[in-house]
Amino acid sequence: MTTRRRQKGFRELGPLIAFMSLAIFTTVLNPRFLTAFNLQALGRQIAIFGLLAIGETFVIISGGGAIDLAPGSVVALTGVMVAWLMTHGVPVSVSVILILLFSLGIGAWHGVFVTKLKVPAFIITLGTLTIARGMAAVITKGWPVIGLPNSFLIIGQADFLKIPISVWTLIMITLIADFFLRRTVYGKHLRAAGGNEVAARFSGVNVDLVRMIAFMVSGFLSGLVGIIVASRLSQGQPGVGNMYELYAIASTVIGGISLTGGEGSVLGAIVGASIISLLWNALVLLNVSTYWHNVVIGIVIVVAVTLDIVRRRIASR
Amino acid sequence: MELLKAKGIVKNFPGVLAVDNVDFEVNENEIVSIVGENGAGKSTLIKILTGVLQPDSGQIFVNNKETGFRSPVDAFEKGISVIHQELNLCDNLTAAENIFLTFEVVKGKKRTLSSRLNEDYMRKKSAELLDLVGAHFSPNVLVRELTTAQKQMVEICKALIKEPKIIFMDEPTSSLTIEETRKLLEVIHMLKARGISVVFVSHRLDEVTQISDRIIIMRDGKRVGELKREEFDMDTIIKLMVGREVEFFPRGIEVLPGETILEVRNLRWKNKVKDVSFQVRKGEVLGFAGLVGAGRTETMLLIFGINKKEGGEIFIKGNKVNIEKPLDATRLGIGLVPEDRKLQGLVLRMTVNDNVVLPSLPVISNHGWVLNDRKERAISEDFVRKLSIKTPSVYQIAENLSGGNQQKTVLAKWLATNAEILIFDEPTRGIDVATKAEIHRMIRELAAQGKAVLMISSELPEVLNLSDRIVVMWEGEITAILDNRSKKVTQEEIMYYASGRLKQNGGQA
Repeated sequence: MTTRRRQKGFRELGPLIAFMSLAIFTTVLNPRFLTAFNLQALGRQIAIFGLLAIGETFVIISGGGAIDLAPGSVVALTGVMVAWLMTHGVPVSVSVILILLFSLGIGAWHGVFVTKLKVPAFIITLGTLTIARGMAAVITKGWPVIGLPNSFLIIGQADFLKIPISVWTLIMITLIADFFLRRTVYGKHLRAAGGNEVAARFSGVNVDLVRMIAFMVSGFLSGLVGIIVASRLSQGQPGVGNMYELYAIASTVIGGISLTGGEGSVLGAIVGASIISLLWNALVLLNVSTYWHNVVIGIVIVVAVTLDIVRRRIASR
Repeated sequence: MELLKAKGIVKNFPGVLAVDNVDFEVNENEIVSIVGENGAGKSTLIKILTGVLQPDSGQIFVNNKETGFRSPVDAFEKGISVIHQELNLCDNLTAAENIFLTFEVVKGKKRTLSSRLNEDYMRKKSAELLDLVGAHFSPNVLVRELTTAQKQMVEICKALIKEPKIIFMDEPTSSLTIEETRKLLEVIHMLKARGISVVFVSHRLDEVTQISDRIIIMRDGKRVGELKREEFDMDTIIKLMVGREVEFFPRGIEVLPGETILEVRNLRWKNKVKDVSFQVRKGEVLGFAGLVGAGRTETMLLIFGINKKEGGEIFIKGNKVNIEKPLDATRLGIGLVPEDRKLQGLVLRMTVNDNVVLPSLPVISNHGWVLNDRKERAISEDFVRKLSIKTPSVYQIAENLSGGNQQKTVLAKWLATNAEILIFDEPTRGIDVATKAEIHRMIRELAAQGKAVLMISSELPEVLNLSDRIVVMWEGEITAILDNRSKKVTQEEIMYYASGRLKQNGGQA
């Protein structure tokens, strides 16, 4: 047991150190980093990427080349839909529940295509990526849906003990997801399916069901983020969430997940999401032109992941 | 004359002295075998002698000139070819393309990446080579469509294009049937007749003694013995390999079989399994003999629910059961130790503990879904001890275990579920002699404990020595069920039925 724990702690140590040094570096250059206002903004950003990265973690661990490219577009679609429902007289709580069920359905849809029809996850979720984005535009005709009830805005804008509600949500989901991944039969089945699908099946693991649930988790969390973003912006915006899926995937990879499946942790995904969010935040605080943001983030992802892979190869020698 | 000579070869891996001061020589026109248990250093030695690995120290001479091999290509160009245990062919290319891969013959004098290929010549030459090794298929066939034995012939042709003086073969027979093995041994003799020396590595000592001019025995990285053809003796070889006496086949653990626990009636699946019916009783080992493609594995996959049967019925303890997926089978107390332990048996990147408890998780976890580390550990440590699985801890990654210990880990999975019906598919393939004897003893012991064992094996001595009754299959059908309790069945008898002659007066026992 001790050896296993130690290995796991070690794996996330690198990214964690990177996160800390980046935070210190930014604080030194711009002390405004440590203001409550900025930390809250940073927390909200981490919540968004973190929740999506948790979903992505489940999908990628399930193996068989599984990946979810839909989250960004699902964020846009569910945000627009929840806004539309509320502006058409549906109560806030009912709208939220309906949207969460709908996003679970999107995950199940992906799961059925991947497990039953054997369509590669890359393709079916790529389909959703364009379909969901398109549907969001169709529903809104390109205009934001505005005039949302105040009670809905709590989700994305209110704080509790100075910590944004969305961050509390992230903490709660993280604890639940980490528990399921590490401490339950489902988690072990998920890792077994990702590590060796055939052997898992030969051991009585229901690989299809396990993988299906992973896609549903990712779908659900995308819908949750859609609701949070809509609430944060006080409107349903068809253009939000662009490239979020790629940041979510990058987060999991920076956090040490193996893209071939079977390995990865929720904590790693959160650390990865934190690094990307922090980078974003730092670039703003350091007055780097927005044109450069994507360039820098892209470079950091490549460098971080390459370093991690090289480090692990040396460690395994 | 010594074609190849190595002196004082040493190779260290972190924590292991894999090859410890080994001398080795290959003479002109001889077949020399290297035998030893898994981990004895055979593969490492071969990798050094063929340029895949560099030795830490030692000298290598080719034709009495000291040299070294910078790479496999370097060794190849110095007349040393190798056929690795895992075949290295590109499935998507044709046989001819594989044979000439990286040695493509081009039109014109200079060979560059943009030279035009001389396809006609390569095809013609490939056809000649294939003919030479007695492989009768077109050089234009895609490698993915070939059987393992045929792929091996392509490898041999590939090794032949530079007219080597020595060919190393690392366990070439481990996945071949008896018939294919016989053909391969013929090819080896043919190579020798053409003046090519062969270095042969195999776990099957009968093949080794049959074919070799000389046997070199390794243990724990050292060369511990050498026998000339006239000195060959099974017991001596095994003693040298293992370092102690081994009881080859367990005797005396006999029990009277009890009630019928599993019965299948008229199982059908595609054209691979045709009307298969048999019964197994508690305390009985039911052996399954037959050639590859006889439908033995396919039958087991139906019983275990990997494939869905298209007809027939399965009864457990007299009750008709419905097995649609492996989970159904495991719930009914069936366990399968599959043919390919790395692909089907283990999640290699997970720990021994994780693998052992995987099928039992729903039962041993709290409320059926929350993991119980302490219970898992107790169970896995119990079986690691009972089956003497050699591992530093149950939290070792399964990948790091030797083949025999991996196989025992797969067995532990099913013992942990308390399965009453155990299916073994080629339980000792690629496993060293000592562990093999251990697994044989375990199989008999399991039967003595009242479990029903179904065992597929392509090694006839294994089937003959372990089974109470033997089912012989041919092309998806059962051709005979032979009573072997008095150990009177012979290899010839099995081969007779395995090649399709039906047993008269009823196949049912």
